[in-house]
Amino acid sequence: MFSNILIYFVIIPLLMLAGFALCRNDKQIRAVAVTGSIALMALSAWLLVDYLALRKAGETAEMLYTGSWEWFGPLNICLAVGVDGVSIAMLILSSIIVFAGSFASWKIDNARHFFMWLLLLSTGVFGFFITVDLFTMFMFYEVALIPMYLLIGQWGTGRKEYSAMKLTLMLMGGSAFLMLSLIGIYYHSAPEGGQLTWNILEISQNASISKDWQYFLFPMCFVGFGVLGAMFPFHTWSPDGHACAPTAVSMLHAGVLMKLGGYGCFRVAMYLMPEAANDLAWIFLILTGVSVVYGAFSACVQTDLKYINAYSSVSHCGMVLFAILMINTTALTGAIMQMLSHGLMTALFFALIGMIYGRTHTRDIRLMGGLMKIMPFLGVGYVIAGMASLGLPGLSGFVAEMTIFVGSFEHADMFHRTFTVIACSSIVITAVYILRVVGKLLFGPVQDEHHLQLTDATWWERLSVITLIVSVAAIGCFPNFFESLIKFTFSPEIFRAIGL
Amino acid sequence: MEPVIPIIILALPLTMFLVLGLFGHKMKHPVAGVLGTAGMGVTMVLAYITAFTYFFSGNPEFIDADTHTRLQAIVFNVDWLAFTDSLVIRLGFLLDPISALLLVVITTISFMVHLYSNGYMRDHHGVWETGFQRFYAFLSLFSFSMLGLVVATNIFQMYIFWELVGASSYLLIGFYYTKPSAVSASKKAFIVTRFADLGFLLGILVLSFYTGTFNFTDFTSTEVAEGVYRVSEGTAEGIRAMIQNSAAPMFMGASVLTWALVLIFMGGMGKSAMMPLHIWLPDAMEGPTPVSALIHAATMVVAGVYLVARLFPLYLMEEASLNIIVVVGALTALYAAMVACTQIDIKRVLAFSTISQIAFMMVSLGVARPEFHHGLGYMAGMFHLFTHAMFKALLFLCAGALIHAIGSNDYTAMHGLRKHMPITHITFLIGCLAIAGIIPFAGFFSKDEILTATLGHSTLWYVWMSLVAGLTAFYMFRLYYLIFWWKEHKVPAGHHAPHDQPWTMTLPLVILAVVSCLAGFVPFGNLVTWNGEEMFESVSFITNLKALDWTVASVSLAVAVVAILLATVMYKKENPLPSKMKNALPALWRWCHHRFYWDELYMFITHKIIFGCISKPIAWFDRHIVDGTMDGIAYVVQRSSYAIRTLQSGNIQKYVWVYLIGALLLGAVTAVCLM
Repeated sequence: MFSNILIYFVIIPLLMLAGFALCRNDKQIRAVAVTGSIALMALSAWLLVDYLALRKAGETAEMLYTGSWEWFGPLNICLAVGVDGVSIAMLILSSIIVFAGSFASWKIDNARHFFMWLLLLSTGVFGFFITVDLFTMFMFYEVALIPMYLLIGQWGTGRKEYSAMKLTLMLMGGSAFLMLSLIGIYYHSAPEGGQLTWNILEISQNASISKDWQYFLFPMCFVGFGVLGAMFPFHTWSPDGHACAPTAVSMLHAGVLMKLGGYGCFRVAMYLMPEAANDLAWIFLILTGVSVVYGAFSACVQTDLKYINAYSSVSHCGMVLFAILMINTTALTGAIMQMLSHGLMTALFFALIGMIYGRTHTRDIRLMGGLMKIMPFLGVGYVIAGMASLGLPGLSGFVAEMTIFVGSFEHADMFHRTFTVIACSSIVITAVYILRVVGKLLFGPVQDEHHLQLTDATWWERLSVITLIVSVAAIGCFPNFFESLIKFTFSPEIFRAIGL
Repeated sequence: MEPVIPIIILALPLTMFLVLGLFGHKMKHPVAGVLGTAGMGVTMVLAYITAFTYFFSGNPEFIDADTHTRLQAIVFNVDWLAFTDSLVIRLGFLLDPISALLLVVITTISFMVHLYSNGYMRDHHGVWETGFQRFYAFLSLFSFSMLGLVVATNIFQMYIFWELVGASSYLLIGFYYTKPSAVSASKKAFIVTRFADLGFLLGILVLSFYTGTFNFTDFTSTEVAEGVYRVSEGTAEGIRAMIQNSAAPMFMGASVLTWALVLIFMGGMGKSAMMPLHIWLPDAMEGPTPVSALIHAATMVVAGVYLVARLFPLYLMEEASLNIIVVVGALTALYAAMVACTQIDIKRVLAFSTISQIAFMMVSLGVARPEFHHGLGYMAGMFHLFTHAMFKALLFLCAGALIHAIGSNDYTAMHGLRKHMPITHITFLIGCLAIAGIIPFAGFFSKDEILTATLGHSTLWYVWMSLVAGLTAFYMFRLYYLIFWWKEHKVPAGHHAPHDQPWTMTLPLVILAVVSCLAGFVPFGNLVTWNGEEMFESVSFITNLKALDWTVASVSLAVAVVAILLATVMYKKENPLPSKMKNALPALWRWCHHRFYWDELYMFITHKIIFGCISKPIAWFDRHIVDGTMDGIAYVVQRSSYAIRTLQSGNIQKYVWVYLIGALLLGAVTAVCLM
């Protein structure tokens, strides 16, 4: 078991948890957090290199580094792991954000408990991305959700109890649907008389879920994950939750946790029930297509920085699900790219908002202005994040969106065309709300004299911001590397099943 | 051609941007200025070498000696992003007549502006503007993006750099970011062009979906050797046939190709400020004047013209799309010229004049047909792009010198400056003569070719455009007289009289003035034509003079001279004529002065309709209906659990009661059933 590299993605956070318990002061806690997150980054980088080398050597299996250890025999529950390019992309994303998040919460109160919950959340996230067993996957999913309640309730700001409760209940509601559909999948996971299994790879090979059952299970599964992916109309936990969450939690939540939704929709809903996905995609295309412009329009009139960003996430994550539902290689690649890109740039946004809020003690853009002159580093970082968000070439947003648009345009019928054009129009609305914020917040005369005394970013804040900016720029400048990493993994099965 | 020089042409400005952007704030001001200027100077020299090699080396990669046809050469092309096997974004370097031309134009103007800004970006006491280093970083970013745009080998590469020039324009317009007007102008410029770019993007998607390629050479040319292409109508016809034979060749009454081309043209309308997407350009004058000269007069704003020229063989396939270009161009030209007659801000007059002149180029491309003098309109449009870049940059840089000297954009504050600023006076006059189209200045030749081409297409548009040319001469000389003549203002005590500028500012003025005098003699017909075929057998210094259609030329000269005389009568000295004219046509004057209320209309649409009727209701709906439903569900659950919790009171008597009643009821039901 310990010879499998993937297991360490769960073991390192658990070791860190133990480490926090043993620490005696904040300095040691920071040391553990930094060491651990660097180890995670190194591990994911090594995994990437090794994975590419294996692929180059001609490894054609759908997933690599597979392993399976029995956990509960009677129901055939295993800890089964395995990764492909998509999961590796997600692992890299998570480790970068955990790293940046640790630096962003350098001076948090009650650091020991904060970091313990944060790392428990990370354990869930990493576990989710490495497993291919539906049951274990669901377990990790829940492990990632629950600490959110405590983190927001304890370290949050504003109406934190309300938001924490709302977020948890809505996501739990989604989980209920999910649980139902996962159990349903389990009972149809093998042909009559065969050994039932939770393993995704085996289920997709058996292809034994009848079309009628798919029609029943797919919507539940898609909605279940879609709630976490901020799909209209189940997105309202996102603005409130983000607004009240502490910086690192917002970063991890928008950056990684919301990706669990998109990843799940792709890995479980689409992958195991392709026929239903193909037939029912139109319903969800309407919902997600609406999400894209709806979120963008809502963001245009918000006045709280975090609300703006939360609605912008609704728009961008809507684009992820939208692209997944287009069911072709290009659009799917775009969807995964968009997850990477959105994860990094929202994390960047939330990090910067947290840093600005920590200084000005307000997030209301009407009360701020001219901050560029006072804190140039944070200002420039915000402009870069904004440019990434509105899709400037050279940063990650552009490549992701363009891939999605080109992929979506491959459908020549009127319905898909209409929604593609609607989704495309979001590039204009995004520009409107981003430039509105940048103009009000950073440019113009200074609104509040007290802000003149504020200082620019400290070294740990700079490190956090720079890490994220470099990642955003790396994707934007060398997209072919990431696209080919992701694209290779789309096995032909999924398209064959639906006759594409 | 070896790719080394082209790579440096692109890499050097990018490096300058990164160096100045990341480390500029640690440099001393002069170091940053000299570094930026030197970098651009080297780029300019390399671009000249490239263009010279392309036009004059006679290399078989660049010209087919037998047929005297210039070819397109792809110097390098690397994959950047592969969507599918055939739809690949590549970053490359395409060398052909128009890209070589634009390389020269961009690097020349950019270098002049870099040099000029060393003087402009500090006040009279030599104190540097804050953000001087940032300014040079952005200028370098812009130059990089613009160079990448013109050498694009595929339409998506063009779109990438198209967005980048938009962003650098945004950064430079908003350079004085503490000034609210500059911030809103930069925002407006970005959003308006973004809206246009949506059209461009959709156009690209449509075109690439049906043709399966992004490459320009696949749209318009045939390969004659490895990496060498020749423009051919056949390929464009093949594209049209491919779309006509597709599953859905028509959409809402127009062919899909027309739709794609019109959508792409919409992108061009945004960048080139064609009506009704022109509203950002006058406001963009909030940026520093050198920026206006570089971006908003000479280079970025002609990107739309360049885009149409790049896809010209495709546009030829769809007459309707060319007609749309002509109509849009002609309306814009007249509109902008009328508005320019009534503005009082020197930079705004020049901005509207730019809009009008770019519209000339658009009309010229729109009327170009291969049947008429080898596509004279195409050549004339590119010729005008070249000459206009030179004299308009000159005019803007002169305006910058005036603003620098006076400290105001308003020319009512200027008057009578000819004695104080003789160099600026002479160079500005040359610019005015050039734009008015007086022989032998540059504008005369290019404008005359445009008018000839228009006459070859339709008499209506010829008369229309001649009228606009007359208006051009009128408003430019109105501007000239109001600035340099009239009675001069008294210099307030304790102030210096306005004076000419340091050499870094003067030198670019003189160079551009000389170019504006001579550029008209460049035998363009042999360098830039739509299919690369040379127009003349042999060339000499007076080729252009000999090739003139003297009927058209004498008419347009007469129109220009009359217009200038009129301006002289009205504006040379203070007199009641202008106000008389204003009072004679008050409504017209008011509409022109308020730019036909386009800005107000847009304000209404964006603020009242988009914000007020769409965004706000959606945000309300989200908070109160969608979220309200969720809260409502929670509320209902909570109330109902309150309601039923009394059942579990812990009160033994109550439990016994419930038990007894239940038992009795059960007994009764059993008894009834048994009976």
